[in-house]
Amino acid sequence: MTGLILRGRTVVPGSVEGEALVSHEPISGWGGIDPARGVIIEPRHELFGVCFAGKILVFPSAKGSSGWSGFFQTTRLSGTAPVGMVIGRISAKSALGAVVTRVPSVTDLDADPCEVIATGDWLLIDNAKVEVVKR
Amino acid sequence: MFLTEDEKRMRDGAEGDAVAAAMDLLIRYGFALDAERLCDIRNVAGTMTQPSPVKARLVAEGGWDKAFAVINLDSDLDLTIPSMRVPTCQLQHGFGPDSAGIVPYPAENVALQEDAESFYGRHGVNILATCTPYQVGNLPLRGEHCAWMESSAVIYANSVLGARTNCEGIASTGAASLTGKVPCWGNHLDANRHGTHLIDVRGLTVESFQDWGMLGYFAGGVAGEDRPVIIGDVARPDLTELKHFGAAAATSGGVELYHIPGITPEAPTVEAAFNGATSVPEAVVYGPAERRAMYETLNEIGSSDDVDFVLLGCPHASVDQIRRTAELLDGRRLSAGTELWIMAPRSLKVVADRSGYTAVIERAGGRVLADSCPAMSRAAPRGTRVFATDSAKQAHYLPAILGIEAWFGTLDECVDAAVTGRWNGELA
Repeated sequence: MTGLILRGRTVVPGSVEGEALVSHEPISGWGGIDPARGVIIEPRHELFGVCFAGKILVFPSAKGSSGWSGFFQTTRLSGTAPVGMVIGRISAKSALGAVVTRVPSVTDLDADPCEVIATGDWLLIDNAKVEVVKR
Repeated sequence: MFLTEDEKRMRDGAEGDAVAAAMDLLIRYGFALDAERLCDIRNVAGTMTQPSPVKARLVAEGGWDKAFAVINLDSDLDLTIPSMRVPTCQLQHGFGPDSAGIVPYPAENVALQEDAESFYGRHGVNILATCTPYQVGNLPLRGEHCAWMESSAVIYANSVLGARTNCEGIASTGAASLTGKVPCWGNHLDANRHGTHLIDVRGLTVESFQDWGMLGYFAGGVAGEDRPVIIGDVARPDLTELKHFGAAAATSGGVELYHIPGITPEAPTVEAAFNGATSVPEAVVYGPAERRAMYETLNEIGSSDDVDFVLLGCPHASVDQIRRTAELLDGRRLSAGTELWIMAPRSLKVVADRSGYTAVIERAGGRVLADSCPAMSRAAPRGTRVFATDSAKQAHYLPAILGIEAWFGTLDECVDAAVTGRWNGELA
């Protein structure tokens, strides 16, 4: 099983594989997700009502409240967290969010992850490397 | 990431397990940001006392030491939390006991929060209980490095005060409070404080509180997570107008720093805002059509004209905003089916009480409430279906959080809606 290889920078070290859930729009924490269910709840968001628990969440950036990291930490404590994160552009919110979610995470990839990865693709994150197996 | 000898000592436990856990979080966070080093801070604005179901469970399991370890330090260790190493304040949180009978808010949350205030007060946390610490005595100096949460406070501190903070989170502010350190990244660095987008106000004058909010909402849409610079036909703003502008820009986008040449401290000129004339980008125009579009976006959730709830004070109101509300309500009476709340920092509510403004508002049937807000605490008057507000931020968030309709207008229109029970707002 080989696929497209993307290389970037490690945000949270580690290796994981899983199914990609791709958001093309930035994600809000507070007011944007329900951490008890691991679901995006922002009206008008392209992933409104979609569950990210157990998926590798691929998104361009974090937006909104400084509660972002706390809400994603709560997904870990509630068993509804994503298993990995692929982040287009890092910020204080998403960096801390990935750290306290404690899942392998990567950013600054050599291609726009939200363009080359599609929801349903199988991803293998190995520190700074992401292998994309198209489905 | 480079660590000083002192930081290595903290990491290795010389100051105790809790400080070591705090340093471990800062090292993981600094790595995630690719920060070169930490910087010294002695001003933290975070959140520890806000009730939540997870926090209630952790407190039941292991007391507040456990809750702080897990939530505020992201640590699984059994820690005893020492006093805050640097000045630290609590931002807005849940409602207090004086909200009983007014705000539908769980009594167990009130009790949990009172218990938290007692614990954290003993550990040196100033319970300011407001999203606007800069209104109640926490005014960092220009160039001062801080670790603040609350997007509307972060943008005010960076832009209006010229202080330096990223939009920190619960764990990074917790770790900063025990170490006096935060990653030296982003807004802490000179290179990241210049403008990226130019917005030119033409064909109208931005002067009113409402107009500053709409311009902020536009600026956030244009700049996203970057740094807008505002030029053109804007009147000199005051604290309340920039409070509204910044909160709106941090809501529609992720703006943490803006400049208004001639007004905000790091931008004496447009060229200075962009670090040189050659860096000034082409302007995006904000004119009557853009203003109309912002107004319609902020009002697109409203359909019923029957207003049951008027919400003022987001971010928390200044004394002058409370006074102005009292003047508009003096001698009037709210419609039978409508409630009016104005949210304020508790210490400013004391000033409003003493000045007689609260009594005027209460005689009309309105309320001045402290510590929290409907969005933070997910609480509005029972049966609310349609609310009106003068805040672009609340008009944006509250419909999603509470599933209600929103009207956005001026303070005068909001007070009229509270008195008549009908929305009659329109863009002047």
